[in-house]
Amino acid sequence: MSSVIAHGVVAAPGYASGPLFPIGQSPEVVALHPADPDRERIRLTDALAAAAAAIADLMASAAPDAAEIIEFQQMLLADDSLAAQAYAAIGAGTDAATAWAGVLTVEIAGYEASPDDYFRARAADLADIRDRVLRHLTGGSDLRPQPGSILFGVDLAPSAFLAVDWSRGGGIALSGGSVTSHVAMLARSRGVPMLVGLGRVQAAPGDPALLDAERGRLVVLPGSEERHEYLKASTGYLQLAHAARAALPRPAVTADGARIDMLVNLAHADDVSALDPRHCDGVGLMRTEFLFADGLPDEEQQYTQYRRILEWAADRPVTIRTLDAGGDKPVPGLTVPEANPFLGLRGIRLSLSHPDVFRTQIRALLRAAPHGELRVMFPMIASIAEYRAARALFEAECLALRTAGTACRLPPLGIMVEVPAVAIHPQPFAEVAFLSIGSNDLTQYVMAAGRDNGAVAGLADPAHPAVLKLIADTVRFGDAHGIPVSLCGDAAGEPAQIPRLLATGLRSLSVAPAQLAFAKAAVIRAPAAGGEDG
Amino acid sequence: MSDADHAEARVVITHAVGLHARPSVKFTKLAKGFAARIELATAPSGPWVDAKSIVRVMATRAPTGSELFLRAEGSDAPAAIAALAGLVQRNFDEGGHV
Repeated sequence: MSSVIAHGVVAAPGYASGPLFPIGQSPEVVALHPADPDRERIRLTDALAAAAAAIADLMASAAPDAAEIIEFQQMLLADDSLAAQAYAAIGAGTDAATAWAGVLTVEIAGYEASPDDYFRARAADLADIRDRVLRHLTGGSDLRPQPGSILFGVDLAPSAFLAVDWSRGGGIALSGGSVTSHVAMLARSRGVPMLVGLGRVQAAPGDPALLDAERGRLVVLPGSEERHEYLKASTGYLQLAHAARAALPRPAVTADGARIDMLVNLAHADDVSALDPRHCDGVGLMRTEFLFADGLPDEEQQYTQYRRILEWAADRPVTIRTLDAGGDKPVPGLTVPEANPFLGLRGIRLSLSHPDVFRTQIRALLRAAPHGELRVMFPMIASIAEYRAARALFEAECLALRTAGTACRLPPLGIMVEVPAVAIHPQPFAEVAFLSIGSNDLTQYVMAAGRDNGAVAGLADPAHPAVLKLIADTVRFGDAHGIPVSLCGDAAGEPAQIPRLLATGLRSLSVAPAQLAFAKAAVIRAPAAGGEDG
Repeated sequence: MSDADHAEARVVITHAVGLHARPSVKFTKLAKGFAARIELATAPSGPWVDAKSIVRVMATRAPTGSELFLRAEGSDAPAAIAALAGLVQRNFDEGGHV
């Protein structure tokens, strides 16, 4: 038997070796026996109970936001109206698996046909419970991957990622997927190796495989030579990771003595659970999209999560970005499908067009501010008018909270530099409190190459001279006006890019927690910072 | 059956995303706490669906701003309708007071 090698794009670096665990595919429905209605009824009852027990298990260990998604599935499963239709089909001579699949398939089709994004997204929840029950009926009861498995499929839902125990290794190999997806962000921040865009791979569940998320390779049924090569590469990577970890407690100072602020990007409040705040200089970017993963969160839910991160960081600065939905990050009930979403109603544009939703987030931020060193930034700013409109909402809500006697504080308000207009002509923005360069979006807009599109991935190069020039111009503008500048894109977490970024004069970088050690080590290795004060 | 065993209400959904997953979970959980048979519709003429079934409640696809009709039969019908109408009017206890 010869090995199969597939090439993909690295969404999160690292190595994994283990059996392939298929995700997201509907198990084949096989009628093994002629249907005996009494027997089939009992089989369906047992399968429903087993699936409910498995979900209850998941629920017990899930983070609060994930638990909400699971609770919804639990209630769908417990709903007699689905089971009753399946029992009726069984009574008419159908086997349990076909009956259950038939009822759920009709229900799912109803959701998929909905014009509402939010409803269409719920089809995945129904497909999930359909498949859970079917796996019990068709004999495959192994709902959870063994620790160390490589999850393998077209795409992976964030809830499915959160349900896996990653503490004992494992990885993700997707034939589709995207490096900018929510799951890719989670994988980077938790240090789970992940490849996307592998295309069609010939493999079967349980096949041994090697995931090389440094060079972007998946090897299925590896031979001894491939195993040997993997061992060498992964050991080298682990040694590098070990050496990098030694850099973690040290301040990031270049050989010529420039002190670089090393901050972390958080995609989820749980990202800090395994992170020592003393190892970083604060949070350079806390995304808030995770709070909106299953509809609109209320003020208390948001306040609790913001306060949690502020208290974790203690006296270190925490920069929270207001909702950056739209583009490739739809929010049920808020975003609308657009022909060209990256150039559409996203980031601050969306927030300003939904002032009720924005004000709820603003109040939660204002109330959390007294609990730490909060800063707030607005994504996708293109004009100073947008900044002023957002600022006015902060001031109005702050006044309203004070009048009501609620503790709050107006934090410093800054902007993301990701729309080229701002980087090319920053002069109108001298009044903002800070600038944070979002190199992912800046690169895709400057190069006109979507980062979610593998076909133009080569063009989306954050080290292109045009991108580096805009970064250097932004740093120079900030220095001239006494405005702090940092960079929070993925480029900051790539050790090879760090010397180039420091050469632009940047002195503050924000990276995913899993990249912090490598990035610090790269700064310490850098012979000279470069830039105007280096 | 006496009048005390029957109750009805009509309420407007103000929740920004309508009767979606999270509101539906809260709604059906609350409904299940009552013995009364509780039904829901998006028009006064129906179709009426079981308010204790999340599958049926979600299937109404009631968007924000739409009217919801509630009716209940049973000894605790008035209490059930008061509680469910209250939940909808309180915006499903979400979203603050915008």
